[in-house]
Amino acid sequence: MTASDTIPPQGPAPMAPQVSRATVLWRRFRRNRAAVLGLILFVAVVLMALLADVIAPGDPLSRTGMPLVWPFTEAANPLGTDQLGRSILAGIVHGARVTLMVGVVATVISIAIGVVIGAVAGYFGGWVDDVLMRVTDAFQTIPSFVLLLTLVAIYGSSIENIILAIGVVSWTAPARMVRAEFMALRQREFVDAARNLGVSTPAIIFREILPNALPPVIVFASVVMATSILMETALAFLNLGDPNYASWGNMIGQGRAALRTAWFCAVIPGVVILLTVLSFSLMGEGMNDALNPRQKK
Amino acid sequence: MGIHLPPVLAFALRRLLQAVPVILLIMIGSFLLLKLTPGDTVDALVGDMGGADPAFVARLRAEYGLDQPVLVQMWRYLSKLAMFDFGWSYVYEQPVSTVLLDRLGTTLLLMASSLSIAFVCGVSLGAFAARRAYSLTDNVISTLGLVFYAMPSFFLALLMILLFSVKLGWLPVGGVATIGAFYTGWDKVADTAMHMVMPTMALSLIYLAFYMRLMRTSVLEVSDLDFVRTARAKGASPSRVMFHHIMRNALLPVVTLLGLQFSTVLGGSVVIETIFSLPGLGQLAYTSVVKRDLNTLLGIIFLCSIIVVIVNFLTDLVYAWLDRRIDLK
Amino acid sequence: MTPAKPILEIQNLRVALPEGGDRPNALDDLTLTVNEGEIVCLVGESGSGKSMAAGAVMRLLPEPHVRVTQGAVRLDGQDITALGQREMRALRGDRLSMIFQEPMTALNPQKTVGWQIDEVLRLHTDLDRRARKARVLEILADVHIPDPASTYNAYPHQMSGGQRQRVMIAMALVLKPRLIIADEPTTALDVTTQKQILKLIKDLQHVHRTGILFITHDFGVVAEIADRIAVLRLGELVEQGPAAQILNAPQHPYTKALIAAVPALTPPPEKPLVDAPVVLEAKSLRKTFAARGGLLSGKRAPVVAVKDLSFQLRRGETLGVVGESGSGKTTVSRIVTRLLESDSGEVLIDGRDLIAASRRELRALRKDIQMVFQDPMASLNPRKRVIDLIAQGPIVHGTPKAEAHARARELLSLVELSPAAADRFPHEFSGGQRQRIGIARAIAMEPRVIVADEPVSALDVSVQAQVLRLLADLRDRLSLSLLFVTHDLRVAAQLCDKVIVMQKGEIVEAGPTSRVFADPQHSYTQSLLASIPGRDWEPPVQALAVK
Repeated sequence: MTASDTIPPQGPAPMAPQVSRATVLWRRFRRNRAAVLGLILFVAVVLMALLADVIAPGDPLSRTGMPLVWPFTEAANPLGTDQLGRSILAGIVHGARVTLMVGVVATVISIAIGVVIGAVAGYFGGWVDDVLMRVTDAFQTIPSFVLLLTLVAIYGSSIENIILAIGVVSWTAPARMVRAEFMALRQREFVDAARNLGVSTPAIIFREILPNALPPVIVFASVVMATSILMETALAFLNLGDPNYASWGNMIGQGRAALRTAWFCAVIPGVVILLTVLSFSLMGEGMNDALNPRQKK
Repeated sequence: MGIHLPPVLAFALRRLLQAVPVILLIMIGSFLLLKLTPGDTVDALVGDMGGADPAFVARLRAEYGLDQPVLVQMWRYLSKLAMFDFGWSYVYEQPVSTVLLDRLGTTLLLMASSLSIAFVCGVSLGAFAARRAYSLTDNVISTLGLVFYAMPSFFLALLMILLFSVKLGWLPVGGVATIGAFYTGWDKVADTAMHMVMPTMALSLIYLAFYMRLMRTSVLEVSDLDFVRTARAKGASPSRVMFHHIMRNALLPVVTLLGLQFSTVLGGSVVIETIFSLPGLGQLAYTSVVKRDLNTLLGIIFLCSIIVVIVNFLTDLVYAWLDRRIDLK
Repeated sequence: MTPAKPILEIQNLRVALPEGGDRPNALDDLTLTVNEGEIVCLVGESGSGKSMAAGAVMRLLPEPHVRVTQGAVRLDGQDITALGQREMRALRGDRLSMIFQEPMTALNPQKTVGWQIDEVLRLHTDLDRRARKARVLEILADVHIPDPASTYNAYPHQMSGGQRQRVMIAMALVLKPRLIIADEPTTALDVTTQKQILKLIKDLQHVHRTGILFITHDFGVVAEIADRIAVLRLGELVEQGPAAQILNAPQHPYTKALIAAVPALTPPPEKPLVDAPVVLEAKSLRKTFAARGGLLSGKRAPVVAVKDLSFQLRRGETLGVVGESGSGKTTVSRIVTRLLESDSGEVLIDGRDLIAASRRELRALRKDIQMVFQDPMASLNPRKRVIDLIAQGPIVHGTPKAEAHARARELLSLVELSPAAADRFPHEFSGGQRQRIGIARAIAMEPRVIVADEPVSALDVSVQAQVLRLLADLRDRLSLSLLFVTHDLRVAAQLCDKVIVMQKGEIVEAGPTSRVFADPQHSYTQSLLASIPGRDWEPPVQALAVK
């Protein structure tokens, strides 16, 4: 309670100048240097994806020079070439498109499924919760990567299938999280207050509770995004990705054969994946700190 | 009151019963997957034979029970699964269960070694980092944790191969035993251990980073609780507070996640086993995908699920033992 | 009487807060002495810095964010601000110990009670195991734990709140310290338990001649226990002196205002309301909470929260529902608003049954019975602006948005908030202001009845008085009926025309407040009234005349 609340009878109270929530969050986010680094890395990946056709025009899967050219030796292929003479730079920038698309779309799918299931289970509880949680348990029990392989084996490895399959195998964690949030928020008195005003159940779930449950979910989306990308690159590494698109994982898989002589073929895309995933982790931490400020130092 | 069981046993039994619907759902799910697959077993057989006349195809269908109503088929499938009969692998020309059992040991060894290293090292490093929160040591540990957490396992594995096998020549590139050496006794153990070092390290480092981050957060959170203040008000030293008051409470969320994460680690073994040519379930999953051996793949899913259920059950018991607030009743 | 020997001397103590806070120092220039065998109450509202004083003496401040920048703290003449960490640790738990507010969270959930008391002995004495155990059992008996031997092996969650606090006291007293700092030790407890714990502290302190620095916000408790009183406001000491002087003849205007805000224990005279129509009537309400258990989990008896509850509330009347935790009083507030489904019974609003109403009828009926909640932070959706919070109900019930907003702005002035509040979010307000928003939201529906569930228990006493006055004022102006659920008998005495006293889900006594307070019939009511802290003390000034 603030000072204005004590003895003097409460007239119109003095108030601090208004600052929007977004501004406050951005200020807190900015304070975390690692998070800002993550944001910069992320923007770099986005720029690569957007400018792929400018940086490396043409099909990234076609030959542009001699095989296994070392990086920084040829102006046409600044990052060198792989065994088939394809430009590594072209693969990286075009791969960024696939990676980002897989990351974003699969995350949206899994978060959407997770939010609906988690919200319904958490709000209603009882047998609804029991049934939904057993289904979630079942999905969580099957190793997600094995399920992903199975889905891809059955339905084929087109990019659409891969994205959908990644979304389908990774909704459980968000669902559990949303459920926990809902169960906690459900107990809060503002939900009772809304019911007492006669607000309908769907409106309570989606307009009263969901906005309060979303911030941690958004933070968690960065984790889902990172794991989605790791899954897609692992698939491509195992040569089970969509053969029509340049993919970082696939570049590493191909580069593996030349590991003894030309390690850069595998290491360059590997570092790029590492930095991309790292950027999500860092941003996620920054968002988390911004939303739940804890005093430190 | 009915039957009287010791509380721990009743608790264990209850947990096992809770797993029944989950297993049942997985069985139904894998049946559905099988049904939704374009083309059935007979199509695959006939395709292999290069075509057959419709009467023969129909007879084959009847033989496999594919002409029965879906529910009957499902019932048959489920009862077979319940007896660990996963059908025939056309790739290995063996019953799927035989193929799986052959591979189980390697995977379990890999899981046990990498998870124990990841857990023990992760928890200690996390606690250590939290105790020196925001110091240089903490920053170094936390940064390394972040990097390993973001590292794709296959890339880490390749880097290790590049360093330890290609450059230094210390460790074998793959396989579970030196080919043609036929070691016995302790030599065999040592040989296996040499082969397991890199796969174990590659798998454990990533999860080590995960447990470390979790433990660090958990310790910091518990440190803020009232009873820690009470312990300090009693005059307990920082290390005593850490070991007697914080650790046990901070371990609880980490143990919960150990159970929840296990299936992910098991999934991660696919990539690692494939890279290091370890003859385990993960590698089998990969080859089954490549060779479209659906029976084997579904068998792996079911077996892995059983393993995960067992491990979750064990972590539940550990949790109940760790947390005195659970009454077991 | 020999001149008392000072145990604790705090001199010109200043505790700095991190930069960017609402004030630079948590405590500024605090000078305070606790003598042998003396209980000094440090009184203040939230944010006064009273808990920081405890942290500074124990040297348990969250350093380096909050740290002592000036002054001395002397224990038996020795300046402890200069001591090293190791020497300080030797002191803590031995000559200097502390009792905390929340006995549940202040004990380690994973260790037995015996182990936790034993730890103090292990840290500070050379006794062997058997001697230590004997000493622990002895101190457990001293704090009147019924069965020390079995309590020794119990975990904190297996005990009641009062028992846990006894364990905390045992832990603080086991080495017969010179000074005990008690930080709101009874705030989390029910009044009857509070009375016992206060008595225990006083008795043991008397025997051992311990000095106690007793931190509290509750003047009732102060009147009960203090030898001397120091009043703290925003980190500054405004007044200190002997208990009788501060309580009965306060000098500083702040102290005067604080004491004036303490509700007096004199209920309003009986109102002749017999001819007013009955607005809300409850008939034979019953609610059991089924204990959730599955296969093999063993049967647990379902908990009866409310059994066979009936009451009548007339227009313009205030009915208090009083009781301790677990009495079922909160369940009552949730059943009559049908936020919880009751097992059986009727709730009639102007003769229409709320319990049997269909979903559609219920929506219409809800307009007539609105609620004000306990926690002013949790009861307002943090994502909504004040204007939307207040206008939400009318909009849901079909009022055009513009009209509802205009009305909401009027309501803001009715609850004495500035019109500028409309476009702000709840977190920008203080607790008392938030509760006003909650009241405006309820009033916006133009209800017949307002159910208030502990609406002032989360507020400081001075704010509490203002909110109570507002409620009473609105009730009279809008001829509302109030169902007022509270654990605080002083508040009930202040506001309620009638009370029902609940224990374990049942009404043990009901009647006009003045009659119940003056002449309680049931033994439980008697013990409840006898437990009101400071019941023998008549606050000299009364700021608040509700009637």
